[in-house]
Amino acid sequence: MVDYAMLSDFPDHFPPRPNRVHEVCGPNAFGFAFALAGHLRGSVLWVREAWQADQINPAGFSPYVDPHSLLIAKGNDQTEVLASAEEALRSGAVALTVIELTKPIGLTAGRRLQLAAEAGQSMGLCIVPEGTGSNAVETRWHCTSVFDPTDSTLQRWELIKNKSGTLTAWDVRWNAEARRIIVVSKARERPVP
Amino acid sequence: MPKRVVSLWFPRLASDRFLRARPIDAPFALTQRQSNTQRLYCLNLLATQQGLQRGMGHSDARAFCPDLQSHPADLVGDQRFLHVLARWAKRYCPWVGFEGVDGLVLDITGAAHLFGGEATLLHDIHQRLARAGLLVKSGVADTRGAAWAFAHHGTGEAIQAQPLDAIGRLPVAALRLEEKVCVGLQRLGVRFVCDLSALPRATVTRRFGSEVLLRLDQALGTQAESISPLPNPSRYRVRLSLPDPIGLEADVMAGTARLLDQLCGKLKGREMGARVLLLTLRRVDKANQQIELRLACAMRDPLRILPLFERGVGQIDAGFGIDQLHLAATLVEPLPVQQMSHAHGRVDGRLDDLITRIGNRIGLENVQRFLPADSHIPERSYIIAPAAYSDPAGPWVNLRERPIQLFPPEPIMGAGPSPPAFLRWRRMTFRVERATGPERIAPEWWLSDENWRSGVRDYWKVETKQGRRLWLFYTPQNPGWFVQGQFA
Repeated sequence: MVDYAMLSDFPDHFPPRPNRVHEVCGPNAFGFAFALAGHLRGSVLWVREAWQADQINPAGFSPYVDPHSLLIAKGNDQTEVLASAEEALRSGAVALTVIELTKPIGLTAGRRLQLAAEAGQSMGLCIVPEGTGSNAVETRWHCTSVFDPTDSTLQRWELIKNKSGTLTAWDVRWNAEARRIIVVSKARERPVP
Repeated sequence: MPKRVVSLWFPRLASDRFLRARPIDAPFALTQRQSNTQRLYCLNLLATQQGLQRGMGHSDARAFCPDLQSHPADLVGDQRFLHVLARWAKRYCPWVGFEGVDGLVLDITGAAHLFGGEATLLHDIHQRLARAGLLVKSGVADTRGAAWAFAHHGTGEAIQAQPLDAIGRLPVAALRLEEKVCVGLQRLGVRFVCDLSALPRATVTRRFGSEVLLRLDQALGTQAESISPLPNPSRYRVRLSLPDPIGLEADVMAGTARLLDQLCGKLKGREMGARVLLLTLRRVDKANQQIELRLACAMRDPLRILPLFERGVGQIDAGFGIDQLHLAATLVEPLPVQQMSHAHGRVDGRLDDLITRIGNRIGLENVQRFLPADSHIPERSYIIAPAAYSDPAGPWVNLRERPIQLFPPEPIMGAGPSPPAFLRWRRMTFRVERATGPERIAPEWWLSDENWRSGVRDYWKVETKQGRRLWLFYTPQNPGWFVQGQFA
């Protein structure tokens, strides 16, 4: 079980370490990816397999990131997805490469992505199914939406793997006016009497 | 061998072109805006028979002929069509030029016998153009000027005689003179070409300038006149033959670099950019290896293109060696030189290069971007376009909150128009804590969409105790509940 950390350490962990590949899982992994893409303020390449029926909806994510700065690459299988992602990370032309993975990847593939990110000075984010993940990643996040009677953007972001730090969890919400993620204080968490 | 020239005149080129695509059995005219009035630009036969003429005001013409149908003229399209005709006319002779905006001139010297003589050739031209729905008048003579005169003012028959005897009976307007000069000559009683040639040259020049006699001389053949043919389409291909075969990757890349320098110089000179490049490597055993490079944007910068070849060259099997390299730009686009500016424009081409690299691996059309579309239907509020062939444009308008993920609608259990208190979706059970809605979205009746056959939809945003925030809809006309999206 993880503890709630001091609020002030959130900026140390988010955005996660640059020039590395990170992972995110959980029901709200897409929300995390868009929040991160909006935070990095650059162009985004979203790599996924072509057969997937779920679509990301530009009308929905436009508050987070400008849909014009997002490109999608659709590969036929996971090998093509990984190859395209490596190419994008190595070129450094995009600030963030989001990789949707449907199957667990091995240590070799994970390490190759990591090396490509370091060479191209850009960040990668793998969206993985829950319970899978590569050991080569820098951090792994678990994101869920949380019901709140007064706020419909409350989420819990848990750091479930961290190569260079401790594991922590935060309750965050999306501030629509400021267009950024803000941390909810623990006092705010208590039920209203 | 005397020169023989055919002049073709298409008196109704613009309207014939339009009516070829959309036949209209009524008086028809193309209109053009000239000095703030719509004027008739080109008419069909029925409109001419009604007494309408070119240059007439459009409203006057409508008053004369109430059932006149009209359409705005497309001058650029007409020019393009004339280009097509000129290319077609190369079947008769290699030397084809333009005559104004509605004519062609063919130098058929030494080519007519291939079609069985001039008369047969002209008959063939007329027959083919008539089948294509084009009215054509033609003239054939020893000079361009005389051919023009026959096409515009003659009977349209091939005439072979002494130049002056042939065109002497034609009016002076047949000499390609300005309207003002023609009127001036007619006022002096000079109505026909033979009258003009009988006048002393010095007085004519003093009165009307040198152009009149120049045109007369050109028509009679004493003054030469050239026909400038269409330029051949440029070919962007370069070749490098090697005395000894090469096989190392670095050597092939060095050879490619040399070819690219040449090719890009050629492209730059014509302000074009390559879109698809084809590198052919001929091996010693005459087997060809080809590398196709499809670029995300038109390019002619060798330093940028060369690294994109690396992957393809790496996969080549050199066999016993490669002794010829052949590079061709198989698809080119206009790429005008641009003013460099710090104020706007792309920072650099790295993103385009990335699209090229990924596109050559997974297919250039699989790298896509979102463009806004004008629709209330959630799945049609955007379109997905290949990134290489589209530019980000248009504003994203969000009137209401939309989910970040859209699924094909997945049915769930539920009854009645208000959201169920409990729902099972994807083998998970949720308790609904708060539901926001309904937002009614009606199908677009002008498009037949299978998914919207069930009629209008009432959309609800549902927040569950378990956390997930789902987008449900209820179809009142065919009662049923579906999940279509998920919010952040």
